[in-house]
Amino acid sequence: MANGQTPKLDKLDKGPWPSFVREIKRAAEKSPMSKDLLGLLELSYTEKIGHWKHGGIVGVLGYGGGVIGRYTDVPDKFPNVEHFHTMRINMPTGWFYTSKALRTICDIWEKHGSGLTNMHGSTGDIVLLGTRTEELEPIFSELTKEGFDLGGSGSDVRTPSACVGPARCEWACYDTLALCYDLTMTYQDELHRPAFPYKFKFKCAGCPNDCVASVARADMSIIGTWRDDIQVDQSAVKEYSDKGLNIQKDVCGNCPAKCMDWDGQKLDIDNRSCTRCMHCINAMPKALRPGKDRGACIMLGSKAPIVEGAQLSSVLIPFMKMEPPYQELKDLCEKIWDLWCEEGKSRERVGEFIKRVGMGNFLEAIDIEPSPYQVAYPRDNPYIFYEEYFEEGDDEEEAGEE
Amino acid sequence: MADELTVEQVADAMYNMIKSAMGEKKLKPMDLQKAMIEHFGADRCDKKLCKEAIKSLIDSSRCVYTYFGGSFIEIPHEEGAAKG
Ligand code: HEM
Ligand code: HEM
Ligand code: SF4
Ligand code: SF4
Repeated sequence: MANGQTPKLDKLDKGPWPSFVREIKRAAEKSPMSKDLLGLLELSYTEKIGHWKHGGIVGVLGYGGGVIGRYTDVPDKFPNVEHFHTMRINMPTGWFYTSKALRTICDIWEKHGSGLTNMHGSTGDIVLLGTRTEELEPIFSELTKEGFDLGGSGSDVRTPSACVGPARCEWACYDTLALCYDLTMTYQDELHRPAFPYKFKFKCAGCPNDCVASVARADMSIIGTWRDDIQVDQSAVKEYSDKGLNIQKDVCGNCPAKCMDWDGQKLDIDNRSCTRCMHCINAMPKALRPGKDRGACIMLGSKAPIVEGAQLSSVLIPFMKMEPPYQELKDLCEKIWDLWCEEGKSRERVGEFIKRVGMGNFLEAIDIEPSPYQVAYPRDNPYIFYEEYFEEGDDEEEAGEE
Repeated sequence: MADELTVEQVADAMYNMIKSAMGEKKLKPMDLQKAMIEHFGADRCDKKLCKEAIKSLIDSSRCVYTYFGGSFIEIPHEEGAAKG
């Protein structure tokens, strides 16, 4: 409320748990923007109406992304949040910072913005909440002086993100950090100058555990995997068993492919049937590890429910080696973008585009051979059209229908 | 081969297109590209030239990127969302 009282928000600030209200109140001690933010939110809670307008012309010169415009529709009541733009900053790959880097960002933000951050939003980038239009260029120049750049927003490549990968994790099947950095640098134009029908996200996960949730959140999910056999240390398996792990029930029994067998002495894996789900490896990390012939599975098409419902990525290329300069992956991306940019509708994610035109047509247009791995849902019918199953007459009938 | 088309010529043509569409239709980079290739012919104008032309429009501040659900290219105007 304009009188500075926030009885509704105060209720969210009771109890021992962390509360965004408490954090904004702390920021409000120094920042008039944060103070008005509280008032505006209280007003929304009272009236049950949102008071943010979004979009517009905000940005820094040359960039079409990175700044998300926000204005309130009640600037007379809350003049300090008349403008309240969000800036997306490209995070260091794998989210590794020095404390000095964090202080640098926060100092810049306290000087020019509300002081509120949302570290690593859902996209993964550093999200700085609330500044005025005229502050954008000064912030941008201070950030770039310190080596930071804006991330993506709008219809462009979004800030690519990666799990910590080989930096901290023994399961990484490729160098997620190197790939993420390379994609970020290679696609500077695509990141900063929106030219797509809609957003395009890359997320690099080192193994099927998918700690960046790329399968649900990236238009292109690049998930580490292996081609050969799971490495097994039989004596370590025995040790797990001796220490009380019920291998038959809790490891073999939960294998989705039912391709494991434990006879009390030896673990037998039919690697041809294994779906590389990581379950057994997660269950017995000392005994099992991914194979040695490693790379990534390229999946396409996930998105959150904005225009249509939520979608998960599905397999496009079952296995690709992931080594610099990643030419095969980049050639693939460019083919996909060419097609989607040419034929995609406005605000149509690539996954929706594939659904509309059909996977078969999509594959043909980007020159990829259909494969049984390209299923719509695991353990479901492949949606590939197998021409060899058709009799000669069928072809003509098809042609006649057109 | 027809005479060489310059980035500035394409940029000017784009600018005119954006100007005449102003208030009627917001244009995306791809709309501009398709129109330019059609207008000048694929033998004279390609994707790369269009990309350069858009760069030149933005970097010279003749045009700006805007965002309303998707990203568009427009001529700078009084910020509608800021007031009113
Ligand atoms: C009313 C509730 C919500 C609203 C208004 C909302 C709004 C949004 C908006 C505006 C974006 C950014 C879209 C863009 O980048 O253009 C977004 C992204 C996202 N949201 Fe939500 N959201 C809501 C609830 C949720 C919930 C409940 C979840 C998860 C359980 C969720 C997960 C995500 C994810 C994963 C993304 C994409 C992150 C990425 O960029 O990688 N959202 N949401
Ligand atoms: C296999 C992949 C993942 C691993 C290995 C992992 C690991 C972890 C670890 C070690 C923690 C800290 C737990 C603690 O407090 O000691 C954590 C917390 C958390 N993770 Fe993950 N994570 C993974 C995937 C994800 C994904 C995909 C999401 C979201 C979609 C997620 C969301 C969270 C959240 C919200 C917390 C904080 C929970 C809390 O403290 O209340 N994680 N994760
Ligand atoms: S996705 Fe795999 S490699 Fe990456 S951090 Fe998670 S477990 Fe490790
Ligand atoms: S990785 Fe998954 S599918 Fe493969 S053997 Fe282990 S549990 Fe089974």
